[in-house]
Amino acid sequence: MSDNRRPGVPDGLDSLIMKIAVCVKQVPEATGQRKIDPSSKRLDRSGEGALNQYDVNAVEEALRIKEANGDQGEVVLISLGPESALDAMRKGLAMGADRAVLVSDAAAAGSDLVATSYALAQALARESADLILFGQQSNDSDGALLWAAVADRLKLPVISQAAELTIAGGKARAKRQTEFGYDVVEATLPAVVAVSDAINEPRYPSLKGIMGAKKKPQDILSLADIGAETGRAGEAGSRTEVLTLNAPPSRGSSQKIEDDGSAAEQILAFLVERKLV
Amino acid sequence: MDLGLSPEQREIQGLAREFAQAEIDPHAAAWDRECRFPAELFRKLGEVGLMGICVPEELGGAGAGFVAYVLALEELSRADAGVGVTVAVHTSAATLPIVAFGSAGQRERFVPPLARGETIGAFALTESDAGSDAASLRTRAARQDDGSWRIDGAKQWITNGGAAGTFILFARSDPQQPGARGISAFLLDAAHVRVDRHTEKLGLNSSSTVDVVLDGAEVPGDRLLHAEGRGFEVAMATLDGGRIGIAAQAVGIARAAYEVASAYALERRQFGQRIADFQAIQWKLADMATEIDAARLLVLRAAWRREQGLSHTVEGAQAKLFASEMARRQTAEAIQVLGGYGYTKEFPVERYYRDAKITEIYEGTSEIQRLVIARELLGLRERSPA
Ligand SMILES: Cc1cc2nc3c(=O)[nH]c(=O)nc-3n(C[C@H](O)[C@H](O)[C@H](O)COP(=O)(O)OP(=O)(O)OC[C@H]3O[C@@H](n4cnc5c(N)ncnc54)[C@H](O)[C@@H]3O)c2cc1C
Ligand SMILES: Cc1cc2nc3c(=O)[nH]c(=O)nc-3n(C[C@H](O)[C@H](O)[C@H](O)COP(=O)(O)OP(=O)(O)OC[C@H]3O[C@@H](n4cnc5c(N)ncnc54)[C@H](O)[C@@H]3O)c2cc1C
Repeated sequence: MSDNRRPGVPDGLDSLIMKIAVCVKQVPEATGQRKIDPSSKRLDRSGEGALNQYDVNAVEEALRIKEANGDQGEVVLISLGPESALDAMRKGLAMGADRAVLVSDAAAAGSDLVATSYALAQALARESADLILFGQQSNDSDGALLWAAVADRLKLPVISQAAELTIAGGKARAKRQTEFGYDVVEATLPAVVAVSDAINEPRYPSLKGIMGAKKKPQDILSLADIGAETGRAGEAGSRTEVLTLNAPPSRGSSQKIEDDGSAAEQILAFLVERKLV
Repeated sequence: MDLGLSPEQREIQGLAREFAQAEIDPHAAAWDRECRFPAELFRKLGEVGLMGICVPEELGGAGAGFVAYVLALEELSRADAGVGVTVAVHTSAATLPIVAFGSAGQRERFVPPLARGETIGAFALTESDAGSDAASLRTRAARQDDGSWRIDGAKQWITNGGAAGTFILFARSDPQQPGARGISAFLLDAAHVRVDRHTEKLGLNSSSTVDVVLDGAEVPGDRLLHAEGRGFEVAMATLDGGRIGIAAQAVGIARAAYEVASAYALERRQFGQRIADFQAIQWKLADMATEIDAARLLVLRAAWRREQGLSHTVEGAQAKLFASEMARRQTAEAIQVLGGYGYTKEFPVERYYRDAKITEIYEGTSEIQRLVIARELLGLRERSPA
């Protein structure tokens, strides 16, 4: 954190001034139907794009941390994607983030998890942020993994499923959602934290924010700009190869029970009949 | 030619849509049933900036332009037409005329609270005997020796009247001049008017429509808006732009009806098939979608011309005429697609039908729009009615 010292800031506050990087992804608009492009065997991302919903939570959390610190510090949005991803990133800027860095390069198209995490780690290394926030998962590929891969590459601690986050004394402390309740986990900064949607209620971007977003720095960087080797990004750097795609098998005929007061009995009879209870 | 929206316009449209889905959709049916004006909603709309979309930044607005404004109005009206008209009257009938005709002092004092949604605005022209023929209004403003005004009279069906803090009110300042030329516009506070009656209506129940009385209201001299005797000019210019907003409201209502009808047609089964498989239903939906698009294009053209500073009297009147009649027709068709369910309060289409009707009446009836269009096109200029 010491590398973000600002002149003229009282000593006590200095440790609170943070640079927060938020990794965000443009995903197809939730209302549209998902289609696989048969020729590339990838998700058809040609329609309207939106900011991944979990990433909106991550941006909100970053802004709250900054606001709690007297609005000092910086929130930087980082993404890997086509140039159109800037449209989605602008929503984060409209909410209040300070600038956007988009890594966009023809040689990065077709990046799988391994290649994406490499490129993002390269971009993040240039920023040396105190805190790196991710959404828990993206609503198109639903990997819920990228933050782990990126943290591993940057050799930083990682906390996932964060439902509450506090930053104090150079540490990130998170309540981590589990099946049975909460774990409280602490990590020394800099750290990677992936947030769940329980962490906050994101604000609406304001109209002033929308109108002001175009004046905020928005950099589009190539792989060369972030010092990434082209062979390690895009299809060339991907370890996944999609061989064929099939529709999920049908689950067979289903039986629908309308509850007329006897639904519980009917379900019980169904389970008993199959010796499941 | 470019029919695309700018990134900001798309984002504002998206924000209005998102806001409407989360904050309005879940309550619209109850507000309608209870005839409830959702005062707290407008504070929230103000916080995100939707109460001053096209008001200049230096006066507290977002400075986003008239196209963005009508896009947002369509989204709000899709969720609740009453909310749509509240924002429309507040913005284009109350705030923008002060921006356009106000003195520097009036702009600085009245516009920022309106643009931020802290104060709601109203526009008071209509009287019991002066509707389409607004220039025959009788509310009287008498100049006092100290330069102030004393206003007596009554205004009818004033949208936002029950909640407004700023009224643009039209009164006859020169009793010797019976027509348009004897009228002046004034900026009034809530304390200047007495709300006499809340109007019961066919629809648009979440909007406030009231009669107000002026009992010798003492109005300081600096509340005269624009020059003395030129109030009717303010009214006509305001309605020129305001109509475009009402047209956008009509498009929003029709779109809401279309969305319910098309989803229903794909679900409802009769004679062993989805009713969407009957060509009769397909054609209804195809016509609905086509007419909604046509209306929206007329709205966007008029809004774009206004934003560019081009004339838009005919284009705005055409947009309102077509969009409002389309909305009345197509909300009725939506009920038809839903059959008996459409006529019940279990579905929102009957509300859309009731709400759509008003768009053919206020800010100039359809007959008056035809008259405006014909007079302009044929070069027959007479005294303009509202
Ligand atoms: C063979 C193959 C080819 C692919 N080609 C493409 C392609 O051309 N274009 C494409 O978009 N995807 C492509 N994908 C999908 C891509 O691999 C995943 O999007 C990526 O690995 C992230 O995984 P996820 O989306 O499941 O993220 P998750 O692990 O579910 O995401 C968690 C969080 O990571 C962050 N995040 C995710 N993706 C990004 C990103 N791109 N930039 C910044 N932050 C991010 C967000 O904070 C997100 O909430 C391809 C996948 C395969 C297997
Ligand atoms: C819900 C609601 C909200 C309103 N909000 C406001 C508001 O905020 N501020 C405000 O000032 N007013 C408001 N009004 C009033 C509205 O603008 C008037 O109702 C409208 O201008 C029509 O006037 P009228 O009702 O007196 O009808 P009339 O003028 O009496 O018209 C009756 C019929 O005669 C037709 N007609 C009239 N003149 C002609 C002509 N020259 N040629 C052909 N046909 C003609 C009309 O088209 C109509 O069909 C509101 C009204 C309602 C119902």
